[in-house]
Amino acid sequence: MKPKETAEHYILSSSPHAHSRASVSRIMLDVVIALLPTTAAGIFFFGMPAVWTIAVCVSTCIVTEALCRIAMKRENTIGDLSAVVTGLLLALNLPAGLPLWMAAAGSVFAIGVAKQVFGGLGMNPFNPALAARAFMLISFTGPMTTWLKPFWWKTPDAVTTATPLATMKTWFAAEATASASPHGLCNSACTGVPGLLDMLVGNMPGCIGEVSAAALALGAAYLLWRKVITWHIPVSFIATVFVYSLFAGGAPATMQVLTGGVMIGACFMATDYVTSPTTSKGKLVFGFGCGLLCMLIRQFGSYPEGCSFAILIMNALCPLVNRWTQPKPFGAK
Amino acid sequence: MKTVKSQFKFKGGVHPDYNKELARDKAIERMPVPAELVVSMSQHLGAPAKCVVKAGDFVKRGQVIGEKNGFISVCVRAPADGKVTAVEKRLGPAGGKADAVILDTTAKEEGAGSGEQGTPILPPLDWKTATREELLKRVEEAGICGMGGAGFPSAVKLNPPPAKRCEYLILNGAECEPYLTADFRLMLERADRIRVGVEIMRKVLGGPAVRIAIEANKPEAIAAMEKAFADIEGNVEIVVLPVLYPQGSEKHQIFATVGRVVPEPPALPIDVGCVVENVGTVAAIADAVEKGEPLLERVTTVSGDAVAEPKNVLAPSGTKYADLVAFCGGEKEQPAKVISGGTMMGFAVSTLDISTTKTTSGLLLLSRKRVFQYESGPCINCGRCVRACPMNLNPAEISKAVESDDVKSAEDAHVMTCIECGACSFGCPAYRQITQLCRRAKASIRARIAAEKAKASAAAEKEKLKSQPVLPEGATRGSK
Repeated sequence: MKPKETAEHYILSSSPHAHSRASVSRIMLDVVIALLPTTAAGIFFFGMPAVWTIAVCVSTCIVTEALCRIAMKRENTIGDLSAVVTGLLLALNLPAGLPLWMAAAGSVFAIGVAKQVFGGLGMNPFNPALAARAFMLISFTGPMTTWLKPFWWKTPDAVTTATPLATMKTWFAAEATASASPHGLCNSACTGVPGLLDMLVGNMPGCIGEVSAAALALGAAYLLWRKVITWHIPVSFIATVFVYSLFAGGAPATMQVLTGGVMIGACFMATDYVTSPTTSKGKLVFGFGCGLLCMLIRQFGSYPEGCSFAILIMNALCPLVNRWTQPKPFGAK
Repeated sequence: MKTVKSQFKFKGGVHPDYNKELARDKAIERMPVPAELVVSMSQHLGAPAKCVVKAGDFVKRGQVIGEKNGFISVCVRAPADGKVTAVEKRLGPAGGKADAVILDTTAKEEGAGSGEQGTPILPPLDWKTATREELLKRVEEAGICGMGGAGFPSAVKLNPPPAKRCEYLILNGAECEPYLTADFRLMLERADRIRVGVEIMRKVLGGPAVRIAIEANKPEAIAAMEKAFADIEGNVEIVVLPVLYPQGSEKHQIFATVGRVVPEPPALPIDVGCVVENVGTVAAIADAVEKGEPLLERVTTVSGDAVAEPKNVLAPSGTKYADLVAFCGGEKEQPAKVISGGTMMGFAVSTLDISTTKTTSGLLLLSRKRVFQYESGPCINCGRCVRACPMNLNPAEISKAVESDDVKSAEDAHVMTCIECGACSFGCPAYRQITQLCRRAKASIRARIAAEKAKASAAAEKEKLKSQPVLPEGATRGSK
């Protein structure tokens, strides 16, 4: 019998012939969905400047991605939504009220320099949003550390203020000289420090997306439920910050966790697939490193906040962590 | 006999859509012998059988047409009466060509009586009185190989080297591949045969404990086996395994049932005192011994959304896929993909002009909407493959290494341990062909090892020639 005429119509491919239908774009969409609560909280507290910053960052990232791909003569990749995630994450890590051209410059850096130069998604050694934030912190130090008060449009006097982090930094120093308890210090030195409830909902100065711990936790829970991330990095990161601050003195441990970039860093930045280890063991090591470096910078560094730099340094160490934590094959000696 | 839950859960694994409902309620149906059979000489793992018939020969059902050709090999017998029209290379499901005997089953030898149905091909044996050697010989001459997929010669498996003792005989009834229900139906309908097979194998293997491994999604099969084995003596347990792909993998089944871990290749299950055999093979052994019936046919699940009536078909080995499909009412719609085996490890084939073998567990016809086509993208390092890999490898690293032609790194990452189950590719959001990249690395490493071996043996040969003068001293000198 001759082969049937239909023969050439059968699709040939190697096994498996089944797929879970997971996709990169769906994962990125999940991250965007998970970021919606904190985005909403940021807009609620900081108003229109937050909206503009987010709009500029996201659109600039998408345009930069498209232009880079054209320049590199590669296929367009904006459909994978990774540029949207980078833009949104960058915006959420910026202070509201930042001149918009700076936000745009940071976005171009995030996609153009931190991501596409290395070959695009999957190839970048550093988290693009954080690399851009570091670039902006160095280039535009003043504006990058000028913080709007929550509900600034309602305040009669100055609309900008220091973040709790800057205040907390002084406690470390104060403690080194006088061994006063931070709580004692608090009464005299820092009337501007938010209460626990304010820290949870995000009623304090800070980056657009980092202030509301509750909204971030909600987003993280969504990512865990969708199995986009595992618990390893967030838990080891936050636990390290918590335990460190229990022993190091300074601000109370809950405050160290709830202020600054720890929550958004542990749940959304350090968990970036490309720049974090693949194995569970590796993730635990990575999260521990992030937490430790973050606290070391907060205590001893010249910046009040160390979260971004801590994650960037751990990004650089990621290949090494991967090397240490390769899984042991089933049946291997 | 008791039924227990598996105490050990292996790491990794995935949950594909099982789609077993298509054929699970279809009782095994015997298909009439098709007009033409294409009987491959390479239906098993190891050396292909040596063809001993030629075009024009008339053969009888059960007659040896291919002789066992080496230690790891089995014989091939004619699945039906007929006339050999040709012996030629034919395409197999995996894409390679092998010698095959083309049998016209409509031709009748003049003067010969029609094959008397019911006459046993081999003399039936009473397993209780037969010796171990007689039983082993029967398994060998019946041409039985593992029917779960790999096709390892059963007589070899049942005869471990004297230094290695079999402590556990594990019956593989997991059938974790999507769509396939052949083993399920067999356990349901032929549990008594499986029991006889177990008693025979237990005798041959020197009385090991028996573990019957069945996935929890087959409660009817568990009940049927419980009934058939209710009064069996000795250490026999039915182990209910959690539903998880690849639960039917030999190594994972051993771990799930007895908690032992087979070391990396080249170690075999017998190195940890285990012999694993598919339930179909066990039933085939029972028939070979008690009924003198060699392995000439098997149950194949014909399923998928493009086939009119999914069925579990008992068909002679060598039945063309086209005939199987015709027996199942033909195509309901144009299949986009035809798979020999299951969706996780089966082979996509280019034509229905391929024939079944002793290991064809399924034939799937999938319509366009069931076929997911994609282009692979770059690895985003999400770690899903690492979590899915039941061998606890790092498929992401291996796939990236192979993509940059760095086979050495893949080897260092234990790619040879990969069982090609497909769990990594199944879950990859970047649609990377990780399993295929692992296969590529394995093939290239095997080729390199073979070349090194050949080189070493050539060097040893040369060394041998050097050390012992071939000619007397004077001979060479004299010729100058």
